[in-house]
Amino acid sequence: MKIAVLVKQVPDTYGDRRMDPATRTVDRGSADPVIDEINERAVEAALQIKEAGDGVTVTAVTMGPVRAVEALRKALAMGADSAVHICDDTLAGSDAMQTSEVLAAALAGRDFDLVIAGNESTDGRTAAVPAMLAERLGMAQLTFLRTVTVSGGSVSGERMTGNGYVEAQAPLPAVVSVTEQSAEPRFPKFRGIMAAKKKPLQTLTLAELGLPGGEAGGENSWSRVLDVTARPARTAGTVVTDDGTAGTQVAEYLAAAKLI
Amino acid sequence: MSQVLVLAEHVQGELKNNVAELLAAAARLGEPAAVVVRQPGTGAQLTARLGELGAAAVYVADVEEADALLVTPQVAALAAAVAAAGDVSAVLVGTSIDSREAAARLAVRLGAAFLSDVVDLAAAPDGVRATQQAFGGAYTVTATAARGIPVISLRPNSVPGTAPAAQAQEIRLAPGPNMAAAARITARHEGQAVSTRPELTAADIVVSGGRGLGSAENFVLVEQLADALGAAVGASRAAVDAGYCAHTMQVGQTGTTVSPNLYLALGISGAIQHRAGMQSAKTIVAINKDPGAPIFEIADFGVVGDVFTVVPQLIEAVNARQAVGSPAG
Repeated sequence: MKIAVLVKQVPDTYGDRRMDPATRTVDRGSADPVIDEINERAVEAALQIKEAGDGVTVTAVTMGPVRAVEALRKALAMGADSAVHICDDTLAGSDAMQTSEVLAAALAGRDFDLVIAGNESTDGRTAAVPAMLAERLGMAQLTFLRTVTVSGGSVSGERMTGNGYVEAQAPLPAVVSVTEQSAEPRFPKFRGIMAAKKKPLQTLTLAELGLPGGEAGGENSWSRVLDVTARPARTAGTVVTDDGTAGTQVAEYLAAAKLI
Repeated sequence: MSQVLVLAEHVQGELKNNVAELLAAAARLGEPAAVVVRQPGTGAQLTARLGELGAAAVYVADVEEADALLVTPQVAALAAAVAAAGDVSAVLVGTSIDSREAAARLAVRLGAAFLSDVVDLAAAPDGVRATQQAFGGAYTVTATAARGIPVISLRPNSVPGTAPAAQAQEIRLAPGPNMAAAARITARHEGQAVSTRPELTAADIVVSGGRGLGSAENFVLVEQLADALGAAVGASRAAVDAGYCAHTMQVGQTGTTVSPNLYLALGISGAIQHRAGMQSAKTIVAINKDPGAPIFEIADFGVVGDVFTVVPQLIEAVNARQAVGSPAG
């Protein structure tokens, strides 16, 4: 069985994330680039399936700039067997439609039984790529899972909904995505980090994927950003220390602001 | 006039409460029309109801297993409705997981732009103008569809007003058998909507609790204040991780993003992860015993104090004001 895990390098959510109004894209210099934490859970889900079965291989796949290889190295250090890095300058600024097209081209023809992704990235938060991939690859879609189990040609799990969860099952091949409630990711061990350096890592350009460069990147995206404006920073208002009447003071503040 | 198709989600014939807003938003862009996917023999009253909410046309797909298959019946019905309508200027859906995923797949199937989690919409001479927020409201982004029919998911509470009622014409769709490989729902574990509290994403007031509450038992205090104010209940990731409350209540970067009129943060330090989900609230009130908590940097009114003494007093004051019959609002 062959599993592909999609990983993405994103600005650290604990850093000061910025957008550049001039280029209307994420300012990748503003916060440290890290593997998206949800992707570590996707890798964990893949590794647990690998450990529970025989002959399972896990391939980490990313699309991103040169530095995004660090996200792949993390996945390899955790235990993935190989990695694919789609790296092409023309891809900068791609939207979900374009990203899913490029990923689909990289995944198609490799006989993956299961594609595992995070449910949504912490930067774009579109949560669209897994569903788009299922559509493009003609695979079943079983997304927003907090548990993932593979048995006898199908994948099943608990899918989160607005007011609870459903149990669902899909035939393989399938695209699944995991939520932050899925299994806690392992930390890479020293041996894993050393072994990762010797694992196969393939770098692919758009041309090598057989995709035309003229349709890639922000200039050719389906959804086009016209303007980016920073919201004025919030400033601190009144802060009082409770002298025994603070609860009443809050009520008076809310009443004065006509909020109650 | 070209039509704007709205995916009208319903639970066994009961329309979800974002449908009226979706139709109002559709009216800004063209003639509102609704698309309904239902089990055969159910939801007979939906067409009339959607007409009252402004739909001039209702495309109905009767699909065996509509409730059992994940997302694919909605994608097929939307694609069939777009084909049947002929002239379509946009497709609008809500922000439920099912709706967003159906929209994402529809965009691929149509060859169209997908505009996600939109908070405002307007028609422009060269197409739709969609306003989105990035990084938890730190940036406002204006986007448009460069190519194809824009497929848009609209965040609740974004577009005020309602569309004028219409006499809805019902059009039956024959989306055909479901050819797409699909996941099947084998069991449902969903809470009955017994809560009388407003939905988190749509609430005018949100009261959230953090690790400062200390335990699941103490978290009741958050609910008590929420009920006194008619508010929704939220939580920080720390409170959810500690097991004080359900994951569905999580507000923040990795939870729900809210933009209510009033946000009350109880025992929440205000880590950047949390702020990313609530900093676009109009007014923020914070109560925390740590004067150095970052939540005070963005609070309009902050109290350095113990939530277990301040909040009960606040609840009492709120109830007292309501008891004297001061008009709401």
